[in-house]
Amino acid sequence: MARIVGGLTTSHIPAIGGAIAKKLFEDPYWKPFFDAYPKARNWLDAVKPDAAIVIYNDHGLNFFLDKMPTFAIGAADQYRNEDEGWGIPKLPPFKGDAKLSWHIIESLVAEEFDICHCQDMLVDHGFAVPMQLFWPQDPTAIPTVPVCINTVQHPMPSPMRCFKLGRAIGRAIESYPEDLKVVVVGTGGMSHQLDGTRAGFINKAFDLMCLDKIVDEPETLAKMSSLDLVREAGAQGAEFILWLAMRGALTGRVRKVHSNYHIPISNTGAGMLVLENAA
Amino acid sequence: MLEVHRIPGTTIFDGTQAMRGYALNRMCFSFNQAENRKDFLKDEEAYMERYGLDEEQKAAVRARKVLDLIAAGGNIYYLAKFAGIFGLTVQDIGAQQTGMSVEAFRQMLRSQGD
Repeated sequence: MARIVGGLTTSHIPAIGGAIAKKLFEDPYWKPFFDAYPKARNWLDAVKPDAAIVIYNDHGLNFFLDKMPTFAIGAADQYRNEDEGWGIPKLPPFKGDAKLSWHIIESLVAEEFDICHCQDMLVDHGFAVPMQLFWPQDPTAIPTVPVCINTVQHPMPSPMRCFKLGRAIGRAIESYPEDLKVVVVGTGGMSHQLDGTRAGFINKAFDLMCLDKIVDEPETLAKMSSLDLVREAGAQGAEFILWLAMRGALTGRVRKVHSNYHIPISNTGAGMLVLENAA
Repeated sequence: MLEVHRIPGTTIFDGTQAMRGYALNRMCFSFNQAENRKDFLKDEEAYMERYGLDEEQKAAVRARKVLDLIAAGGNIYYLAKFAGIFGLTVQDIGAQQTGMSVEAFRQMLRSQGD
């Protein structure tokens, strides 16, 4: 049977993609950010997951407002990246695992999560940047299942709904008959706001509280509303629902392996977390 | 429609805004493709006409004013693609919306880490 070995989270700011392309790892601005990732990679090297569930939001590459699914799951063996319009380089296609995707989709729908399944889905920086950060040698090698949650247009799914979706994903993985080690990646956040006269808003105290509580008290965080998240973490800080979905999928005893927090990367409080999930 | 709680300096992009800004956001969505970005720069007015922008949206596009674009229903994720045509970063548009210089805006971001 498949087994969830742990969860990872990281901010997925597009500027990170630009900095990776320019190899700015030792640049004084970027160093405190990039220096956190080798510890996550060491953990991945030791655990050696066979597949990654990547929970992210599309930022207007694949989905437009004409049809905006609340939850969409990729069901393909390959996911292409494309030009997003503002200059981060296009990456080679990422690997999928259609069989695992369909198993998760069937299991979720059986549990009354009526999701949109996508055989052709472009993945943007929200998906790609975390893959580059955690698997820098070859981000396209590990098979993935992209799980896209709407954070573009309100109403967004509530934090609790995302946490419960994560739990259902966890149960789906654990019922997969193949002997796979699966890591669940939550992306985005932490606090940031790009739009309005409150642009540039970052909330360090709130982010640090979330980084702490998501380990052992995720339900407390899941009780917030989406608008609570907008107020406390900024308009785009509401992406924290993606972290809660990741946390929901970890069904066992959870241990924090590593975390990092750094302000600012671009306009964002950048957070990273490695959680181990013991059976 | 959502009951929108007042959050200072923040427009909640809900159904009302999504309907208001549909044409504008659809135009910005097209800027994912380099060819469309080129077409826009070649003849901005014709391009806006093709996507059916209204007068308020056209004026906001001509003025390159992010707050006006948001007021006309623009969604920041799609507007970022419009800003990208001019090589503007999220610090540039943050500075514009808050009335700061870009350096002052960057400093404001850094100071929140203290």
